[in-house]
Amino acid sequence: MNLAVEELQKKFPDVIREVKKGDCLTLICGREGFLEFIEYLKDQKGFVYLIDLCGVDYLNYPAKNWEERFEVVYHLYNFEAKELLRIRVRVPEDDCWHYSVVKLWKTADFFERECYDMFGIEFKGHPDLRRVLMPDDWKGYPLRKDYPLALSEEEEWEVYKELVKKNKPKR
Amino acid sequence: MAEEKEIKEQEVQEAQEVQEGGEKRGIEKDTIEIAPGVRQIPGAPVIIAAIDKIINWARAGSMWPVTFGLACCAIEMMATGASHYDLDRYGIIFRASPRQADVLIVAGTVTKKMAPIVRRVYDQMPEPKYVIAMGSCACSGGVFRTYAVAQGADNFLPVDVYVPGCPPRPEALLYGLLSLQEKIKKETKRWGCWR
Amino acid sequence: MGLAVEVNKKQVEDSQWSEPFYINMGPQHPSTHGVLRLFLELDGETIVNCDPRVGYLHRGVEKLAENLNYNQTIVLSDRLDYISSAANNVVFALAVEKLMGLQVPRRARLLRTIVSEMARICNHLLWLATHALDIGAMTVFLYCFRDREWLLNIFEKICGARLTHSYVRVGGVRLDFTNEIIDDLYKFTEVFPERILDYETLIDVNRIWLKRTKGIAVVSIEEAVNLGLTGPCLRGSGLAYDVRKYRPYDAYNEVEFVVPIGKNGDTYDRYRVRMEELRQSNYIIKQCLDKLPETEGEPVLAEGAPDLLLPDGLKDVVPKPHPKLGAIFKAQPKQWAPIGEAFASIESPKGELSVYLVSDGSNKPWRWRIRTPSFIHVAAIKHMAKGHMIADLVAIIGTLDIVLGDSDR
Repeated sequence: MNLAVEELQKKFPDVIREVKKGDCLTLICGREGFLEFIEYLKDQKGFVYLIDLCGVDYLNYPAKNWEERFEVVYHLYNFEAKELLRIRVRVPEDDCWHYSVVKLWKTADFFERECYDMFGIEFKGHPDLRRVLMPDDWKGYPLRKDYPLALSEEEEWEVYKELVKKNKPKR
Repeated sequence: MAEEKEIKEQEVQEAQEVQEGGEKRGIEKDTIEIAPGVRQIPGAPVIIAAIDKIINWARAGSMWPVTFGLACCAIEMMATGASHYDLDRYGIIFRASPRQADVLIVAGTVTKKMAPIVRRVYDQMPEPKYVIAMGSCACSGGVFRTYAVAQGADNFLPVDVYVPGCPPRPEALLYGLLSLQEKIKKETKRWGCWR
Repeated sequence: MGLAVEVNKKQVEDSQWSEPFYINMGPQHPSTHGVLRLFLELDGETIVNCDPRVGYLHRGVEKLAENLNYNQTIVLSDRLDYISSAANNVVFALAVEKLMGLQVPRRARLLRTIVSEMARICNHLLWLATHALDIGAMTVFLYCFRDREWLLNIFEKICGARLTHSYVRVGGVRLDFTNEIIDDLYKFTEVFPERILDYETLIDVNRIWLKRTKGIAVVSIEEAVNLGLTGPCLRGSGLAYDVRKYRPYDAYNEVEFVVPIGKNGDTYDRYRVRMEELRQSNYIIKQCLDKLPETEGEPVLAEGAPDLLLPDGLKDVVPKPHPKLGAIFKAQPKQWAPIGEAFASIESPKGELSVYLVSDGSNKPWRWRIRTPSFIHVAAIKHMAKGHMIADLVAIIGTLDIVLGDSDR
């Protein structure tokens, strides 16, 4: 591993909570001090490419031994060292926000909007946080585990319900 | 009120008299009864059928779809329109504007966010207009039984022909278009928007 | 062209006599390649700001996958980037194999590579057809579809479907190639380079094409990496990042090929990169076909791959072995994925397609996250379209190779 994990842990002791080595190096972090940490990784350690930014909902996960419900997962890549890094940040449900990395990577714009749309995690510092995949007035956050897969008639979106009521052809 | 009642009673009496074989009046004189309750001017079918045939032949021979490809089925629609399975030989030219088209081929998944727009495009088309639901997603939601997909375009559009498949082969779409042609050829007396 | 962009910006800055004008290039539009909505703020014909609005094809695929088996999700992944379906299947299968620790046999890896490269050729042909059609060259559309039909016929012989293949399974592929398919593919690889020359003769040095693609949407390498562009869009700017070389998968470390890159980062360079990739794909297919006889008789599915057809409820049914269909009806013990996470990415024809899979120990994914290139490229329209005109916007959408099924999932 080119990335010196011990050096990182010494430099950011409060941020990094756990280190895992599965299919790639995984760092499990907390939210405080996260922005400096990821800026350090990008500028000093050469992880210039943000492959992916997503959210995961761990409600009722069988192997869960931590408190927070959500996680925001970053996948970073270093072109010179050819190294992949995964960072998982734990986000609690009642305090559902996280720092935005739009200033570092413009690509995070749409990723964070999608995370907000699907999970309800607000990103502080994002210039234009609104829904991207669902319609603007949709209620609820679809990818949460307590959201149903198919909606019943009462939970239906207003605009669609009216469209069907007005226009459904009678047989 | 009393006068209206009197007039109604008079009309009922007259109709009864006619039924019982009395002298024919008004519309009864010039027409013959071809089916219970259906009256027709004798000799009219010669004209009506001829006009129907011409108009239906013209409409079926040049169905102009509006380019409305939503998802995967759009690629098969493009393949049907390309050189291998040519659609131009059937008189089918894809028009970009709904105002100049008369068929709407809903090709692909209709999501709930897109449904009002599909309906708006359909409303913009002038009569006579037809709808083909191409692909399993447009027929009934397809594989996607989720919160964001409308379970079939027939929830808000009157569909004429359903072409199932995921995606349907170009031959299947051609069969659907030919079935629509046959359906058009069976129409009668659809000559103008005032009908 | 650089000077023209600066002049427009200056006009935009000190235009006191005009107001911005908002126009909506709506979801139904002949040139938006699907249901993309672009909300444009214009100053005359020049774009000041562009707000791409997607979601008109959002089908909830990620949530649906949490209720399906691993092998059932392969069918779902086809419909994402529906032009090159085989690529989507491969990335999902790779992620699950990493999680389960399956060893894919060599023959299956070669077959997967062949199918991925065929999908790449199909995608680039359709890209060229629609890009050229939008810019105005209609002949190219018909020529490209002629070759695409040939490949789709071969796909039909391989797996029964023209467009949404579901050929790749977790642990290998569904069925082996017959000799007829191999002969067809050999014939294709011999004839195809001349066909590529055909397309190039039509548009390469055409004055209209050059005027409409040279200097449009120039992106530097740093900007491209920052915007998250991958695939030919990034390679057109000059960075040779190709997942097939950086993190090889399947049989890509056994074949030789070259990764083409561009110089200026404009639309014309991206076009040249993709045309050269067509030739390289052809060469890769030929090499894999030459290596196939060495693996004669190997299985095409790994040991311990998850059940192919049996869903949850039919555990008591004992499948009968079938002489010709082979692997499908072999009774295999159901494999449940261990608890953990996996990340796999491939070089899909449009860019880098990656899957992040979290498993909870059952036979269904807990979270299936797909990072698709089109989603990010749609976001990049905003930055690349500033200062250009609407006619250039059509060329930009074409060069980014956007497919809305891929973007909205």
